[in-house]
Amino acid sequence: MTAARMPGEEHRDEPVQPEPQPIEYSSTASIRGPLIVIEGVQDIGWNEVAEIRLVDGEVRHGVVLDVSLDHAIVEVLEGTAGMRLNGVRTAFGGGPMSVPITEEWLGRVCDGRGEPLDGGPPILGSHRREINGTPINPAVRIPPSEPIITGVSAIDGLATLVRGQKLPIFSVGGLPHLELAAQIAVQANVAGEPFAVVFAALGVTHADAASLRDTLETRAGERETVMFINTADDPVVERLMTPRLALTVAEHLAFECDRHVLVLLADMTNYAEALRQVSAARGEVPTRRGYPGYLYSDLASLFERAGRMRGRRGSVTLVPVLTMPAGDITHPVPDLTGYITEGQLVLAADLHARGVYPPLDLMGSLSRLMRRGAGEQLTREDHLELSDQLYSLMARALQAAELAEIVGADALPAADQGLLAFRAALEREFLSQGQQEARTVEATLDLGWQVASRLPASALTMVSRQTLAARYRGGEPDAEHGHVG
Amino acid sequence: MELSAGTITRVNGPLVEVAGGCDLRVAELVTVGSRQLAGEVLSLAGESATVQVYEETSGLRPREAVLATGRPLSAELGPGLLGGVFDGMLRRLQDAGPWLEPGALRGALDPERRWRFTPSVRPGEQVEPGAVLGTVPETDAITYRALVPHELAGTIETIADEGEVTVGETIATVAGHEITLAHTWPVRRPRPAAGRLSSGRPLITGQRVVDLLFPLCQGSTAGVPGGFGTGKTLLLQQIAKWCDADVIVYVGCGERGNELAELLEDFAAIEDPRSGQRLMDRTVTIVNTSNMPLLAREASIYTGVTVAEHYRDMGYDAVVIADSTSRWAEALRESAARTEELPAEEGYPPELSSTLAAFYERAGRFQTLAGAQASVTILGAVSPPGGDLAEPVTAHTRRFVRAVWSLDRQLAYARHHPAISWTDSSSRDAESLAAFKAAEGDDGWAQRRREALQLLMDADRIESIAQLTGVESLPSPERVALICARLLREGVLQQSALSLNDRYCAPAKQAALLALVLDINRALLASANGGTAIERIEALDLSDVARVRDECPADDVDAVTRLGAEIQSRIARPR
Repeated sequence: MTAARMPGEEHRDEPVQPEPQPIEYSSTASIRGPLIVIEGVQDIGWNEVAEIRLVDGEVRHGVVLDVSLDHAIVEVLEGTAGMRLNGVRTAFGGGPMSVPITEEWLGRVCDGRGEPLDGGPPILGSHRREINGTPINPAVRIPPSEPIITGVSAIDGLATLVRGQKLPIFSVGGLPHLELAAQIAVQANVAGEPFAVVFAALGVTHADAASLRDTLETRAGERETVMFINTADDPVVERLMTPRLALTVAEHLAFECDRHVLVLLADMTNYAEALRQVSAARGEVPTRRGYPGYLYSDLASLFERAGRMRGRRGSVTLVPVLTMPAGDITHPVPDLTGYITEGQLVLAADLHARGVYPPLDLMGSLSRLMRRGAGEQLTREDHLELSDQLYSLMARALQAAELAEIVGADALPAADQGLLAFRAALEREFLSQGQQEARTVEATLDLGWQVASRLPASALTMVSRQTLAARYRGGEPDAEHGHVG
Repeated sequence: MELSAGTITRVNGPLVEVAGGCDLRVAELVTVGSRQLAGEVLSLAGESATVQVYEETSGLRPREAVLATGRPLSAELGPGLLGGVFDGMLRRLQDAGPWLEPGALRGALDPERRWRFTPSVRPGEQVEPGAVLGTVPETDAITYRALVPHELAGTIETIADEGEVTVGETIATVAGHEITLAHTWPVRRPRPAAGRLSSGRPLITGQRVVDLLFPLCQGSTAGVPGGFGTGKTLLLQQIAKWCDADVIVYVGCGERGNELAELLEDFAAIEDPRSGQRLMDRTVTIVNTSNMPLLAREASIYTGVTVAEHYRDMGYDAVVIADSTSRWAEALRESAARTEELPAEEGYPPELSSTLAAFYERAGRFQTLAGAQASVTILGAVSPPGGDLAEPVTAHTRRFVRAVWSLDRQLAYARHHPAISWTDSSSRDAESLAAFKAAEGDDGWAQRRREALQLLMDADRIESIAQLTGVESLPSPERVALICARLLREGVLQQSALSLNDRYCAPAKQAALLALVLDINRALLASANGGTAIERIEALDLSDVARVRDECPADDVDAVTRLGAEIQSRIARPR
């Protein structure tokens, strides 16, 4: 497929040119923490990239944090351990950090800086683009309004992911959030339109990285995925670049190559911790729990890159995965994420303990854009009614369960006992599914009706008579009178 | 106008040092570098100046030029703002490119567009500041009035004939000064008015829980604190759509792009129930999404209130909706941190509270320079981190605003929308509004409000007892209170933003719905006290009470009254 828009058409992309021999500066005046000061520099811009060559030939990378007429302060991404003042030579790259803009990324597995890990050739393109990205003009955005089908019932049925949305997964350590993210990455589709998955692994273990690569392998073979892997022992400053790189590639695939692109970023808590670490090294004033005051804006500069634009066929949809330290949803990382994203999918430890996969806590989870992205013509005409009904029954079932803990399930009225049975069935038949099991929307919604139909039709008050007549599968489709409980 | 002021000697993120800047003034607007980024002078020392740049400075180099503009950060005001979408510095976004490259945005108004001008004065007339020189039909809903500037008075020397003019053309000469349709105003400076007036007129929002329980006067202020997912933005958008002001200035400050796209689509599609015009025609939208430059976000709040004051000066009632002031405060914190100011609470600069107070003071009901009465109302969302209502922005905002609509997470989780808490919210305007309603002929307004609040509080207390002892052990009047508080919550306070009948509710229907529930409460109490078994009362089907808000049109009082009569007769003769 050829690109619908050429690089350089709208962005200030730099054409890749045979590099003139860059000037190397050996006048390093001081080294402190991750920062080195280089004197006598000429024509260096702020935020420009640098290559730092050590005496033994080792090459490290940096960015300009502060530049004046005669010196530049450079932050070394890999740290300054082992560096000395003499013999360090620094060359500047002529601009901020950038990546090649090309569809060649598809099918590749790279490290957190975009260097191949899959044994393939380096990724080249005719142009490079700065990874920090340019804000989408809010006046050209169009509201997200079509679904992405993940094949996971809990998501498709009750918290539908919508193209252009940002919907995070909130989890805690030890829960299968990476498995769920990988399953979404493998199964997600948009009814046959061109699609791609960009997966950025941030600070994950080597074991997790390997299993992610395995899981995504088939799809990579079809040239529908790009993986960027920053492992837990990679430099923390690199962790700050990886999501930006991934999103720059995603924007190109979406808005210039007309694909619907799903970006998964896991684990954003590792990212935020890297940000805190770098901020502390720079001596910045900390705010809540030591995170810098710009954590919100920094996260927003990533998450807001999701969206749809007028006149473009493609879209960028974002699923950040984060682990809530100590399961605390008011921790700055989930809290600020929740303020930026359009809903959240929350995983619950008690469901996991009961063997439910995916252990999605329905009451805490919400897709705020679902109302626009599901229903007639999009998924199925009964979808929204059914999901409202399941939510409402679940809320009442939880109340009944609380009561049952005090008085015992046997002492509950029959209607409440019915709700308890409904909840058990919902978890077992609807919520639970295999890690390799992709369900169609039809199958998901039918399962929802199968569970709901365990209750008398008169209990399903949020569903219209019409829908009930068409979909209810219980014994007595009796929608005549009042409600239960 | 642009004079060379010097060259860059240092770049440190958004902070730029400039040498040869001796002619610059503090707070002056400058353009920085070859891409002409906008910046503001922070400080001066000898031959050098420190400039804060409003846009991304990646790639900016020492030795690039800095140009002075001779004025502080200002907004361009004139016809063409209504219906428009602007960034935090009031630069037009609609006709900008798909990506906001630094330096890509320019002015607010379309310099080419021709407006139909009708003069209101004749040569030789004496005019005072604020007098109307002529009018332009800005949109179908609002007539733009070109005014004599505030510092100017004297004789009209020339005035343009009826005809088409652009915003830059001279429409009049007054006492030797040429006046154009458009002018600029420094956004951090309140626009002058003749005086402040006390206000007793309600701002009707069409949202029942607001208008009935925590109402607001025109020219007043409200803070809306709420954690994520509690529906702050939805509530404020509902008010932007349905409140009875003339002009709405919606400031999306550090919030989501998708949300604003949806709002703009709604503004363009929905008609104002009063004028029949598109809502877009009375709305100015200022958008600085969370990924747009932070410093322009700081400016956006001031830009918004300046635009509102501009329409106030023409005699209109304007409402500024700032969503969210917390993101603005964060921008303030960020720029304070960059200039190494000593932080006070949670890293915020010490001036946070005085800055917030001064911002809300730009609201009020005023006598304009021309003698008309007009108002600026400010509604500010607050996004407390971790839902912590003791954090500085929330705590200070509560002290400075007239009304607090506090959004409650428990209510939101229970899908009770708008999730305005009746225990944590308040309105200092309720008393003066009661007097206004009484003067209008409704002297039961305050009494109904008191009864409703009492019923809600009673029910909360009774529910917490019932959780320990079970409902069965409660005396009958308390069980009646539980029934009626539920009717009040479901039938009156909850309101569906999606329902055509319910998204806006006219004041008469609001009053009727509340009276309906309170009358049922009285009748049930009388019935219970008269010896009717509580089980029979609880068996009454009152579900129509919860549905009637949604099943009859926004102003259909009769349907509510009919239902009331029907239920009263059922209570009198239980089956």
